[in-house]
Amino acid sequence: MTSFYWPDFTLILPEMILVFSALLILMEGAFLKQVSFRHSVHCGTLALGLSLGLCLFQFETGQTWVTFEGQIKQDDFIFFAKILVLAGATATLSMSLPSMIKENLSRVEYPPLVLFATLGMLLMVEANDFLILFIGLEMQGLSLYVLAALHREHLRVSEAALKYFILGAFATGLFLYGISLIYGFSGATNFEVIASVIRTESINALPLGLFVGLVFVMAALAFKVSAVPFHMWTPDVYEGCPTPITAFIGGVPKVAAMVVFLRLLLSPFILLYGEWYSLIIFLSMASMVVGAFAALRQTNLKRLLGYSAIGQMGYVLMGVAAGNSEGAQAVFVYLTLYLVMFIGTFACLLSLKGKTPEGVQDIEDLKGIATLHPKLSFILAVFMFSLAGIPPLGGFFAKLYVFKAAIAAELFWLAIVGVLTSVVAAYYYLKIVKAMYFDDLPETPAPSHGQLLVLSAEITVVLNICAAIILLFFMFPNVVLEMAQRAAFALRI
Amino acid sequence: MDSLPLLSITIFLPLLGALVILLNWGNKERSLAINARWVALWTSLVTFVLALILWWHFNPISGEFQFEEKLQWMPLLDISYHVGLDGISLPLFLLSALLILLAVLVSWSSIQTKVPEYMMAFLVLETFLLGMFSALDFILFYVFFEGVLLPMFLIIGIWGGPDRIYAAMKFFLYTLLGSVLSLLAIIYIYFEVGSSDIPTALITSFDPQIQTWLWLAFFASFAVKIPMWPFHTWLPDAHVEAPTAGSVVLAGILLKMGGYGFIRFSIPMFPEASSYFTPLIFTLSIIAIIYMSLVALAQQDMKKLIAYASVAHMGFVTLGIFTVDSQGMEGAIMQMVSHGLVSAALFICVGVVYDRLHSREIAAYGGLVHTMPRYATFFMFFILASIGLPGTSGFVGEFLVLLGTFQVNSLATVLASTGMVLGAAYALWLYRRVMFGPLVKPSLKSLSDLNWREDLVFAPLAVSVLVLGLYPLPILTMAEASVVKVIDQFNLALEGGGEELVDTEKTLEIALVKRGF
Repeated sequence: MTSFYWPDFTLILPEMILVFSALLILMEGAFLKQVSFRHSVHCGTLALGLSLGLCLFQFETGQTWVTFEGQIKQDDFIFFAKILVLAGATATLSMSLPSMIKENLSRVEYPPLVLFATLGMLLMVEANDFLILFIGLEMQGLSLYVLAALHREHLRVSEAALKYFILGAFATGLFLYGISLIYGFSGATNFEVIASVIRTESINALPLGLFVGLVFVMAALAFKVSAVPFHMWTPDVYEGCPTPITAFIGGVPKVAAMVVFLRLLLSPFILLYGEWYSLIIFLSMASMVVGAFAALRQTNLKRLLGYSAIGQMGYVLMGVAAGNSEGAQAVFVYLTLYLVMFIGTFACLLSLKGKTPEGVQDIEDLKGIATLHPKLSFILAVFMFSLAGIPPLGGFFAKLYVFKAAIAAELFWLAIVGVLTSVVAAYYYLKIVKAMYFDDLPETPAPSHGQLLVLSAEITVVLNICAAIILLFFMFPNVVLEMAQRAAFALRI
Repeated sequence: MDSLPLLSITIFLPLLGALVILLNWGNKERSLAINARWVALWTSLVTFVLALILWWHFNPISGEFQFEEKLQWMPLLDISYHVGLDGISLPLFLLSALLILLAVLVSWSSIQTKVPEYMMAFLVLETFLLGMFSALDFILFYVFFEGVLLPMFLIIGIWGGPDRIYAAMKFFLYTLLGSVLSLLAIIYIYFEVGSSDIPTALITSFDPQIQTWLWLAFFASFAVKIPMWPFHTWLPDAHVEAPTAGSVVLAGILLKMGGYGFIRFSIPMFPEASSYFTPLIFTLSIIAIIYMSLVALAQQDMKKLIAYASVAHMGFVTLGIFTVDSQGMEGAIMQMVSHGLVSAALFICVGVVYDRLHSREIAAYGGLVHTMPRYATFFMFFILASIGLPGTSGFVGEFLVLLGTFQVNSLATVLASTGMVLGAAYALWLYRRVMFGPLVKPSLKSLSDLNWREDLVFAPLAVSVLVLGLYPLPILTMAEASVVKVIDQFNLALEGGGEELVDTEKTLEIALVKRGF
């Protein structure tokens, strides 16, 4: 037995900030008579921003720390992931304020839920042990289910939330089952111990149960990143949830889950590459194909973005399938740029009024708005072209690096499927551009058609930052590339 | 010269102009439009002058890349910002600078909605085109090559004709499908070569079996762009629906991207595959020349007729390129330049009457010669240049291509020559139906002749078509050294295949003697 030692709390300072501020905001809401929603959202944003700053400060030290009896790890890979998660959460929470108020969702529990979900994601990415990983996964999962159901008296929202919860719970079950199998056959839950078990045995001598466990874990994570065939919940949840909440649920948690996916496969299980890579190839191909074709006929904007997210995750998985440090780098670049495009797109949607109080829902709501708001339409068009992967926008480079990693790993067919589906997918991104630029304003528009919501400064800031990153990525690709390289280097493949 | 990165300034000046227009956004609608027009005009004019200065400093004796600039772009991946011009790219570079300038002039009064966006799209397009022709790094090339789609998509879709949405979508997706495959080939080459540097890749020899795949991937991209029959179906839609200036740029420059790609990449990098596929290219070219001319003959829409004629003319270009003969290839370059000028002029001719009558139907016209004599003169001149009348640049290009083809394949030459006859048929018939005959339709009686701005647009086109027809040496000498280099490299690779040790010096000498040096 090792003697007790005091864990290094400075390493989890960002997480502690989140916990205490979430609790404080909750307390305020519970005990103070009059708490403004605005105030608690601002507090939440501040807490997220503060921990983001801390993580940025810790990044690029090139060191690895393991603390809490080897349960939590911090290195550049994890810091990069945490920066992505925190930046995404800060942006989405800050820009959600006006539309949350408009949709009558100004409940005090909203910011703490976002904070707890973010905390869960941070735990997920820094876990060095399956149990911590599970706790993180559940923490974010449960907070997200509640967030999805925030609009509980609304029928469609409840349906979406219920679907999300049931399928999520199913994934959790798979995950637990997988962990227990892995634990049973390797005798450990700690990643490093599992890795050393795999390293010492020859692959043929490894028990079959370990592989089965790995497949279960992969299936559960595929649920979380909504890879086909585990994607069913995505379009419904995207469509059903209130837009500001979709912006949160659809963006950051997927990034976190994808990072975990990458880390698990490339760090403890890299020696089993020959066993898992064909599964990832299948997930990737299927996601790209379904994401491209299923979205073609969608008229609901958020549903379309849900399918688009499925397709985009397929491209990220292509980088995972490459299984080398180049692939890991490509995954990071892709995730960064995807998060920027995703949040930017939702920032555009959030700044417009739609037909209903729920805001912009259908592609039709965007008809002809280019004449009313040239700047906003320009920015949204930039995001659409970027999602379609057209140079010189950022999205092209994200795809370029992924394809490069795939070809380096000689996955030619995967790359060919990838480029072909990207052409199919380009069609529905173009459809949105078409609605804004080519179509005229409807003859008898709804009174609020194309009208701007009262813009908060936060949305404008988020929108401009996202647009600048995507537009100017080609001038400064090295900033992101070098960060991704450091992160991939920390994996030590 | 050495201190100033003149080439990069030329490439990115239009982008700067677009930025100026962008920063002006938010002013009053009317003054904004006027501002945007003048900014676009001045930027494209200065860019054109800079391109001419580059020509002035260009040394035609050397087949090497000139005005080279190399900066680190993505040092981690060994991808750099590398640009330069040689005799193959410079003619097209100049053509792009000229045509964008004219496109801005052409749209001066015919575009009245979203003027700032329109001018921005053209300026961004100019940067992409100039960058594409001068890129010496594969990734950079691809960024510019595919980036061209963005402004063009918007130009067709926002300011185009009634069926513009369908045309824009088809144009975008069709060409995108072609180019994404070449992206994979580019990445593969990147790994084979170890960097994405084009000059390095040009002297790398690839395994013949891989060459076939790479060649096909590039073919998918360039054959759609140029376009070759049967990959041309996007073209009539796009040309017809695009606004006049859009058609000018589409026919004048975008089609040349394919031809440029064949000369720059397919021939020197994949010599074995190129010679293997030459019969295919010849067949497709001949079909394009004859069949597309026949299709042009049957058109009711003026723009569609010129669009199909473009496909036929591009057949000569591919034919000339794949003869891999100095006459054939120089002829192909000449034909590209000439077609760039002539088809642009013809589309402007259609645009002139379209602006006045808003119809492109041939049947809606007739007898225009009575009311618009100056217009009739210009139209006649360009129709004759399109046919390839001696004394116009069209003749030089087609004749050289036929001369080059004759040394390789006489049957192909005979068949291609029939295309020239058919070309005369559809072009002259078009002219007869539109310009001659009695002036009976009342709507045509009040049409005014060209105004000074339209004269200003036609004059440089007519002068360059005539000058290049009488004295084509400027273009031919410009291209000569680079073309010879490509051909020598091609022959070297084919003759030196296998394990034999190749005496480079000697082969070069033989090649030079053969060419009469």
